[in-house]
Amino acid sequence: MSALVRLFDVSKRYAGTAALHSTNLSIERSRTTVLIGPSGCGKSTLLRLIIRLIEPDSGRIDFGGEPINLDNIDNLRRRIGYVIQEGGLFPHLTARANVLLMARHVGKSQDEMRTKLLELCELTRFSEKLLPRYPVELSGGQRQRVSLMRALMLSPELLLLDEPLGALDPLVRASLQKDLKEIFAQLGHTVLFVTHDLAEAIYFGDEIVLLNEGRVVQKGSVTDLRERPADPFVSEFINAQRGIATL
Amino acid sequence: MNRIRKVGKQEMSRANESGNHKARKAKQSCRLFLVSWLPDFLLIFSCIPFFLIHSSAAADVVIGSKKFTESYVLGEIAKRSLTNAGIPAEHRQGMGGTIILWEALRGGQIDAYPEYTGTITQQILKTDRALSLAEIRASLAKFQVGITEPLGFNNTYALVMRRSEAQRLGVHTIRDLQKYPELKIGLTHEFLNRQDGWRPLRERYALPQQNVVGIDHALGYAAIANGSVDVKDAYSTDAKIEKNDLVVLEDDLQFFPKYEALFLFRLSMRPDAIAALRRLEGTLDEKRMVRLNAEAERTKNYTAAADLYFNVEAALAPRPSGRSGPSHIGESFPHKLARWTLRHLQLAGFSLLLAVIVGIPLGIVASRGGPIGHGILGFASIVQTIPSLALLALLVPLPFFGISVRTAIAALFLYGLLPIVRNTASGLQDIPRSLRESAVALGLSPMIRLWEIYLPMASRSILSGIKTSAVINVGTATLAALIGAGGLGEPILSGLDLNDHVTILQGAIPAAVLALLVQWFFDLLDRVLIPKGLRI
Repeated sequence: MSALVRLFDVSKRYAGTAALHSTNLSIERSRTTVLIGPSGCGKSTLLRLIIRLIEPDSGRIDFGGEPINLDNIDNLRRRIGYVIQEGGLFPHLTARANVLLMARHVGKSQDEMRTKLLELCELTRFSEKLLPRYPVELSGGQRQRVSLMRALMLSPELLLLDEPLGALDPLVRASLQKDLKEIFAQLGHTVLFVTHDLAEAIYFGDEIVLLNEGRVVQKGSVTDLRERPADPFVSEFINAQRGIATL
Repeated sequence: MNRIRKVGKQEMSRANESGNHKARKAKQSCRLFLVSWLPDFLLIFSCIPFFLIHSSAAADVVIGSKKFTESYVLGEIAKRSLTNAGIPAEHRQGMGGTIILWEALRGGQIDAYPEYTGTITQQILKTDRALSLAEIRASLAKFQVGITEPLGFNNTYALVMRRSEAQRLGVHTIRDLQKYPELKIGLTHEFLNRQDGWRPLRERYALPQQNVVGIDHALGYAAIANGSVDVKDAYSTDAKIEKNDLVVLEDDLQFFPKYEALFLFRLSMRPDAIAALRRLEGTLDEKRMVRLNAEAERTKNYTAAADLYFNVEAALAPRPSGRSGPSHIGESFPHKLARWTLRHLQLAGFSLLLAVIVGIPLGIVASRGGPIGHGILGFASIVQTIPSLALLALLVPLPFFGISVRTAIAALFLYGLLPIVRNTASGLQDIPRSLRESAVALGLSPMIRLWEIYLPMASRSILSGIKTSAVINVGTATLAALIGAGGLGEPILSGLDLNDHVTILQGAIPAAVLALLVQWFFDLLDRVLIPKGLRI
């Protein structure tokens, strides 16, 4: 299986502090890779570097074998879906307009957009009747479903999710987790998922990447992490989360 | 100079009062506003017929006047004299104070205006020496400006008494006051404190009176009428002298400087126009000027005073053909109100349009911060701290501006800029980072991001800034009348000068109503322009 995204010696500093030390990483195609670690470990920074919301200080990131630079980034962004914690929906646009915004600008036909929109509503279990509503008129879970539709509208090769379920209450969160997992399985997309919750990581991740203090500590399956920790921090992190989970 | 300085001060304080008041009112009224539909908005405003604002068909000769009754009357008389001679003439009434009129004359916006010798030496030529008429004429020639001979009266400071009292005591001159130390004297605060005011006058005439009080000029007339004071200071041609049956005491030691009235004109003015002005030389003595001023104040109509001058003159002066009708006599009130209001809307509307066109892009740049952003906000803030009247005065001497509608619009434009720039910048800066990043991550181009995402999201704040500017502009536009640009300030100013409350209200009430309508219009616009998703 080949890598869709590759990081070569990528690093990023903020105000003299390293947010990400020199990092090499491959994100495999058609799998769900979860980035996990404590707050400030660099997991969100890594995601934002890939979609170029921030510029790396050094190194190179390839997407589909092509180095990402400022010239091709706008085109590449259309091949990447991005969902953030609060959804990032534009408050002045209806759910429908939010989802169709980018499709409209790349010149998709009305028919094409309509078909795709209905397909996505079904996929994300979002009622069509709610499409004319504005974001403030939707619940948190509904907003995340719209955000996911917007990310999937142009059939991206890569889906980036930055703690997409972090702001939801537990019940909504559980139902959305289940739906998301089904969606990932159905689409077979390459997914990069950021979370700080180990249970969620285990639930979604084909591959788990554990970060700490700006470095990748270990990459592998849950079993690898649990049974063959690369570092005392790996065991510590897993045990701490379990401790909380069993309380 | 006393006279002029005093008038100048009154102008300032009046203008500031009304300006601040309006601005305060405007600031209270800030609720928020938009723009993904900016084009529609601009369209609405471009419908205001601003193409009309350039001066109507220019007359051959333009006469200016300062903003007090006597100057109005003299300006009107000059205009009549010209039109009587068959020369198309226009009278721009009450354009402002000495400096504004002088600059307008030098800049060619006007061709002539009435002035006083004392003012010319002290304020224009800036010398303390008393100059002869020939010296004044020679000095002004360097500026390509000529003077007529004096019109015949001297409008200077004077001491006045009740006629009955003066006759009873046999007081005719200031020196006669020496004999009556018990007389109560009420003086304006300015005259009391001036270096060349009461103290040197008392020394010069060795006046013995101890009972000297400071009192407001207008109140002083009431005080002298009811006997609270016996002597007060006045201007020698003040209409109230006649109205209150007072007499001017002769300045037998010639303490007060001469303020002889005459006309200043551009040497390049057509010769027949100069001749028409010179026909007025020596035709107005003090008594007569007092009567004309009194007529202007009594009828609240200075053109009537000019009529009086010419009716009496008719028998004496040869009347050339083609007398044209007096300018606004007979104009009905609704017509006048429509003319003032339309001009007012043109001034406020066109300046607002410019402020929107320039302010929003500047606000967008300013929202990005950095030295340029801070520079823009700093500049706009500094402009706002300049009093509106001072801003007008600063623009007047600049080439291209001068005494014109352009200047008023430029000043209002600069004034309206800050609320729009600041609200655009803050509206954009307040957009949460997560939403900005979502727009970037979607792959939208920078222009589309700005136009479809950022500006609509900041629309409430931007529209609020535009509304603030609009209400401020409608209020401040009343000051445009100070430089002859018209609008609803015109009746307010002439009402102030004539001490006529009805005329003041004819301008003040429509201006207030207009401000409310503008506010209401923008509240309505909020509902149309702010995207529904931001209003829920």
